Amino acid sequence: MEMVRNAVRSVRSIHYRQLATQIISLGMIVTSALIIWKGLMCVTGSESPVVVVLSGSMEPGFQRGDILFLRMTKDPIRAGEIVVFNVDGRDIPIVHRVIKVHERQETGEVEVLTKGDNNYGDDRLLYAQGQLWLQRHHIMGRAVGFLPYVGWVTIIMTEKPVIKYILIGVLGLLVLTSKE
Amino acid sequence: MHSFLLRGNAVLTFALTVLAVACVLASLTDTLHSSKPEVNVEILSVDAFGRNPGGNDEVVLTLHISADLQSVFTWNTKQLFVFLAAEYESSKNVLNQISIWDSIIQSKEDAKIHRRTRNKYSFVDQGSNLRGKDFNLTLHWNIMPVTGAMFSEKRVLTGFRLPKNYM
Repeated sequence: MEMVRNAVRSVRSIHYRQLATQIISLGMIVTSALIIWKGLMCVTGSESPVVVVLSGSMEPGFQRGDILFLRMTKDPIRAGEIVVFNVDGRDIPIVHRVIKVHERQETGEVEVLTKGDNNYGDDRLLYAQGQLWLQRHHIMGRAVGFLPYVGWVTIIMTEKPVIKYILIGVLGLLVLTSKE
Repeated sequence: MHSFLLRGNAVLTFALTVLAVACVLASLTDTLHSSKPEVNVEILSVDAFGRNPGGNDEVVLTLHISADLQSVFTWNTKQLFVFLAAEYESSKNVLNQISIWDSIIQSKEDAKIHRRTRNKYSFVDQGSNLRGKDFNLTLHWNIMPVTGAMFSEKRVLTGFRLPKNYM
């Protein structure tokens, strides 16, 4: 309670130049985060260099809440690789393992079938109506590394947006009222 | 400079940084590890070979898979995803890789595989190129870490051939 009263008092006593400085430093933090994100997209060659595992279909290797680091290179897609792909018409990417590869002579075009390690059957049920294979353009990246548990923050913020607003509100208040 | 929140923030940032560095170092130790796996696969019998309802060649095999992957485990290994892929070339496709069996090994003690089994996943061609076909059986294992980078290794076994005629 004391903290809130102090915070309100310091907001009221703020000078305009100081306020402008605080807002600019907040902006700098946000834009540098954006720069890092975009930079990662360039370096890894993938539209989403980091994804959070949302389902249990790759257990016990990847649990819900883990994060995966992705890279996309021009290397051909081979069986055993864990790839992230988008099905036409769905916007949630799926992270599963490639179990079948058929690469054409001449063109090098590839048809690929995927399956979640923890699923009984392959992903044909997840693909679009009538689609039997994934092509290269469906695939957004390969999983190359992994950190456990860190992704829970994102899952909580997505499933309970209230927490996202509270967090941003508190952070904004902290930056505005700090005397640095 | 000494408020509770600022101290909390400093401690949290430091803790997360140390954790991140520890994860990277743990992952780096994996690059120093050398393994001596032993792998052997035999085809015990071809149980069925013909055209499936989709018009593509399909074959059912009984295999004996034996492998010792204990030396692949490091202290940073969470599990090994092991799979056996049939690999061959056809007139249409420069490469066909078909995973016909897989298994998850979660501890070093379980890493000795001695399995006699039918192929778990269907061995189906795109077309009918399998009669008399020479193919490799490659055992791949994906080393999934507790934290950090994932690695993948394999052992290629050549010299397998499917029957000249459907059965």
